[in-house]
Amino acid sequence: MSSDLEELYQEVILDHNKRPRNFRAIENGRKAEGYNPLCGDRLTVYLRLADGVIADASFQGAGCAISKASASLMTDSMKGKTLAEAEALFERFHQMITAPPEAPSEDLGKLSVLSGVRRFPIRVKCAALAWHAFRAAIDARDEVISTE
Amino acid sequence: MVNVSAVHAASALDPATIRPDFPILRQRVHGKPLVYLDNAATTQKPQSVLDRLVQYYAEENANVHRGVHTLSERATEAYERARETRRRFLNAAASREIVFVRGTTEGINLVAQTYGRANVGRGDEIVISTMEHHSNIVPWQILCEEKDARLRIIPITDSGEMRLDEFERLLSDRTRLVSVVHVSNALGTINPVEEIVRIAHARSIPVLVDGAQAVAHMKVDVQSLGCDFYAFSGHKMLGPMGIGGLYGKTSLLETMPPYQAGGDMISSVTFERTLYNVVPHKFEAGTPNVAGAVGLAAAIDYLTAIGADRIEAHERELLAYGTEMLSRVPGLRLTGTAAEKAGILSFVLDGVHPHDIGTILDREGVAIRTGHHCCQPLMQRLGVPATARASFALYNTRDEVDALARALLKVREVFA
Repeated sequence: MSSDLEELYQEVILDHNKRPRNFRAIENGRKAEGYNPLCGDRLTVYLRLADGVIADASFQGAGCAISKASASLMTDSMKGKTLAEAEALFERFHQMITAPPEAPSEDLGKLSVLSGVRRFPIRVKCAALAWHAFRAAIDARDEVISTE
Repeated sequence: MVNVSAVHAASALDPATIRPDFPILRQRVHGKPLVYLDNAATTQKPQSVLDRLVQYYAEENANVHRGVHTLSERATEAYERARETRRRFLNAAASREIVFVRGTTEGINLVAQTYGRANVGRGDEIVISTMEHHSNIVPWQILCEEKDARLRIIPITDSGEMRLDEFERLLSDRTRLVSVVHVSNALGTINPVEEIVRIAHARSIPVLVDGAQAVAHMKVDVQSLGCDFYAFSGHKMLGPMGIGGLYGKTSLLETMPPYQAGGDMISSVTFERTLYNVVPHKFEAGTPNVAGAVGLAAAIDYLTAIGADRIEAHERELLAYGTEMLSRVPGLRLTGTAAEKAGILSFVLDGVHPHDIGTILDREGVAIRTGHHCCQPLMQRLGVPATARASFALYNTRDEVDALARALLKVREVFA
């Protein structure tokens, strides 16, 4: 297997694809749907806020390994963050996956496993899907968020 | 003009003899030889088509019709000869039955916006099938919305065949048109168009056939099919992008209002009144894609020199071999297992999303398509969000099928 393919499909990503964390609905929380018209994938992201802090985050839906792993890792990292911290993480994650392949990549902890997606421009949308839905869920706009 | 490296009239097609005609196939992708299996999306072009485009712009380019100078005459001659080439290819009764359009999508839209708007009214019905491409769904939805008409859908079986019994039941005295795909782009199913036409014509209902996936892969004879309209795309049959054709019976074309308005579609204009040109020019407003038309004629010459029978036999052999090789990949399930199939293998792999399959195959040099193939209602019917699809053309080889199978085993390794 080529090295950039190995970087894309790391063990952590394959594990989160197979056993996604927080793969459930949250009753009475906020939610938003992310839709990628390129492949027809749909993810719903749920979250519960308490005193301006993300008390719980989860997701459901069907998607490729990249979009599922990204949603799984995202919901894990968002728990306990304030809205301002969540927004900052969104920005840093977005920068990481869209930076030029040769640029040094910032350490985002566990989320760094998704930095390999930079070498696959067509797959950046897969990694970003859950994040856009998350942002929409914070705004509680009850609508489908498209990656296009 | 025809430059086919090896033509053996009755013998089996050996793709090795024609591959040198396609310069793009020589390249490597990610260090691996390109294995191009995305032919249902678009086919590659032989050198003779590329040469023809250059020759047109280098020696014949001028605007067609009404020019009195030599180049304009030459361009008009080439353009109208390309129409005749297409007529012969489809065995239409007359060349005026061939309208130049951008592709299948525009051909269907043309019929919806002209024949449809003139003949469909409130409460009327248009019949399509579950396996249609979005381009044979949405134009009718728009028309139905405008006219307060209804879209009726022919159901399919689990193997991907049209339910003809249900089809017959759907037809009523409100049915104004039947529009069905000849070969399904997502499943490969070859639909029994002759029978569909016979059933519809028994009730005097005209039939449009979406031929996008058929023309490069089998002999198409519009008179023996009996259909009223047949739409196709040049780029899916070795020709350039942006050119295609709509066949329509003269008797229908003549009663239809024009499509777009502009130059060439008129015979005289005053500010009070405009007289329209005769068919097919009535439907060809504006400067046409002359280079595309002559390039497509070169593609047809190429296909004709090889022979539809040999192409069909070769692709059938690849389909049989591919079906067998893919069935050996653990966890692979084919979607679309109709008895009559063209060279399309649509499949899903347990635990692996088609998108991930596509990315890993690409790194092995294997180009396939993944996604809903612009057939979202069909995907819903099949209960899958997406599939992976390998589609063959005349230049594909058994070795390439082997490369596909090997690459799929790599996918299995990654997602073990």
